[in-house]
Amino acid sequence: MNANAIKLAAIAAFGLVGASAANAQTIQGAGATFPAPLYQRWAQEFGRETNIRVNYQAIGSGGGIKNITARAVDFGASDGPMNPTELASAPGVLHIPMVAGAVAVAYNVPGVPQGIKLTGPVVADIYLGKITTWNDPQITGLNPGVNFPNARIVPCFRADSSGTTAIFTNYLAKVSASFQGGPGEGKSIRWPVGFGGKGNDGVSALLRQNRGAIGYVEVAYANKNKLTYAHIKNAKGNFIEPSLESATAAAEGAKLPSDFRAFITNSMAPQAYPITGFTWILIYPDAKPEVKKFLTWALTTGQKSAPALEYAPLPEAVRTRALKAIGQ
Amino acid sequence: MSEQAPQREITNMTPYLSAAIEDEVPGPPLSSSSGSIGDKIYGAITFLASLTIFVIIIWIASSLGWQSLPVFKQFGFSYITGSVWDDGQKQFGILPYIFGTLYSSFIALLIAVPISLGTAIFLSEMAPPWIRTPVTFLVELLAAIPSVVYGLWGIFVLLPFLRQYVMEPIGASPLGKFPLFSGFTAGPSMLAAGVILAIMILPFITAVSRDILRAIPRAQREASYGLGSTKWEAISQVVLPFARSGIIGAVILGLGRAFGETMAVTMVIGNQSPQTPSGVSFSLFEPGYTMSSALANKFTEASAGLNTAALVGIGFILFFVAIIVNILARTLVYYTARDVQGGK
Repeated sequence: MNANAIKLAAIAAFGLVGASAANAQTIQGAGATFPAPLYQRWAQEFGRETNIRVNYQAIGSGGGIKNITARAVDFGASDGPMNPTELASAPGVLHIPMVAGAVAVAYNVPGVPQGIKLTGPVVADIYLGKITTWNDPQITGLNPGVNFPNARIVPCFRADSSGTTAIFTNYLAKVSASFQGGPGEGKSIRWPVGFGGKGNDGVSALLRQNRGAIGYVEVAYANKNKLTYAHIKNAKGNFIEPSLESATAAAEGAKLPSDFRAFITNSMAPQAYPITGFTWILIYPDAKPEVKKFLTWALTTGQKSAPALEYAPLPEAVRTRALKAIGQ
Repeated sequence: MSEQAPQREITNMTPYLSAAIEDEVPGPPLSSSSGSIGDKIYGAITFLASLTIFVIIIWIASSLGWQSLPVFKQFGFSYITGSVWDDGQKQFGILPYIFGTLYSSFIALLIAVPISLGTAIFLSEMAPPWIRTPVTFLVELLAAIPSVVYGLWGIFVLLPFLRQYVMEPIGASPLGKFPLFSGFTAGPSMLAAGVILAIMILPFITAVSRDILRAIPRAQREASYGLGSTKWEAISQVVLPFARSGIIGAVILGLGRAFGETMAVTMVIGNQSPQTPSGVSFSLFEPGYTMSSALANKFTEASAGLNTAALVGIGFILFFVAIIVNILARTLVYYTARDVQGGK
């Protein structure tokens, strides 16, 4: 009995020591779900190279912001930049862009092929309920030779608040004054028409189920689910297909403020896909050296594993600036 | 001799019958030797156990109320009567969500109660054993399916089915002119939410009602047959009135489940408040929004402060709506039970 108790105590003490030893080499992160597969892959590769364990929990961008504000994690992650109120409660926090992603405008119209041409204002008018049928002259005019049915347009949106919605509505608000003045932009807005689906899965289910549906999903997700999506006219007047290359191009052509806290939609680069956004990691300048080491690694070696998982690597110029921001 | 026989029968029957009707658990004997310490410990433990539930409920209610206080302070009663929820404009009104929860649950009851009662009566009164056993098993199986599976089935099977065979034909017929069937027939709708909820609460109402019907003393039925009633008369005039309060309890259990159901409803209801000024629409074909769906959709990404307080407020109101409905149901059970006792 007594010997057993001593044994137990010894095991417990040993366990505690072991845990604290591991703690020194573990960094905790939490936040956005969109980049989670990439961050988890990075954690594996980085762990093999350096023996530092990265533990990333995909709890959503809002959760990432809350956790880093409370300093409950070593780094947070978010698909949308923090707003001024959130910044005020987390003074000095840094936004480090990691990768870029494109948001595809997908549709399900029988007989209409992949890659129809659409412009930002037309997409905005669809979501405002001003364009209601697929054979509207504003759509057929952009696509001579495509035979559109007289089908009602069923706009679909994300019912849960998400970075994807933030990127999409930021773009629509930039190109349409009435969208800016009406629903506005944000992670979750008040849509005047349409149906809400929960998550990328919910929207893609609505898209597949409803003839005439239009919706927005991450391009990686659209490809995986074999959804048909549109080419969108960018700021230079070219119709661009969403892809890794056109997302990287968008990041290249965007004017970035010194704190990186900006949407890169409607980029000026000629080959840029206009509905593109960054995903950020949030850290405090006094973060542990292990965290900075991980981010530096992610922005250099780590970028190579991004395309395989359908994330667009950052262009050279942005990477250099981001590395400099971490070094400070 | 010939006079005594019937008399003996009556005196023998009466205690049996009344014991069956007043089906009460005998209380502890008043003059028991309650001095033993074991009894006291046992009593204390059971008392603590019952206290736990009480404490948890108070704890939940007070923390929900406390954390949602900012939104009630700022919006007051218009938080409950407002029709607009806009994170960007910091405007929070939850009437469409409250309405969606009540309306979708009401539709579910309308569909589920007749089916459940029919099933329960059939299983307990009429079905031969070779049907009763597999059907009972199937009903219980239905209760064990996780709600996300119902949701997936709802999206991929129920929605297309409803759209093709219910919504589109009605929408195209003269019935489509009625406000009840107005709106665009896309699939995700109040109707779909009501149907999926009905399927989900069906096993609960059926299983509980069946158990209650089976618990009714044989003597009740036998007495009724003895008086020359048919099977239908026995069921409708003796068995059902006797079981009425229990059946209402079963329906309330189903209603409680419909109120709280989140995942499956979120997947089929369309998650869009009706676009009327009040945020309320009785159309079955319009999409809607329930309180629990709103919580599930908005909570993970809510920013701290008023936005979170407004969401916790939904939980608080849902708590209260559930309590009010429960009190109403209790009252109903109380009065119907008194009727039965009075009518003996």
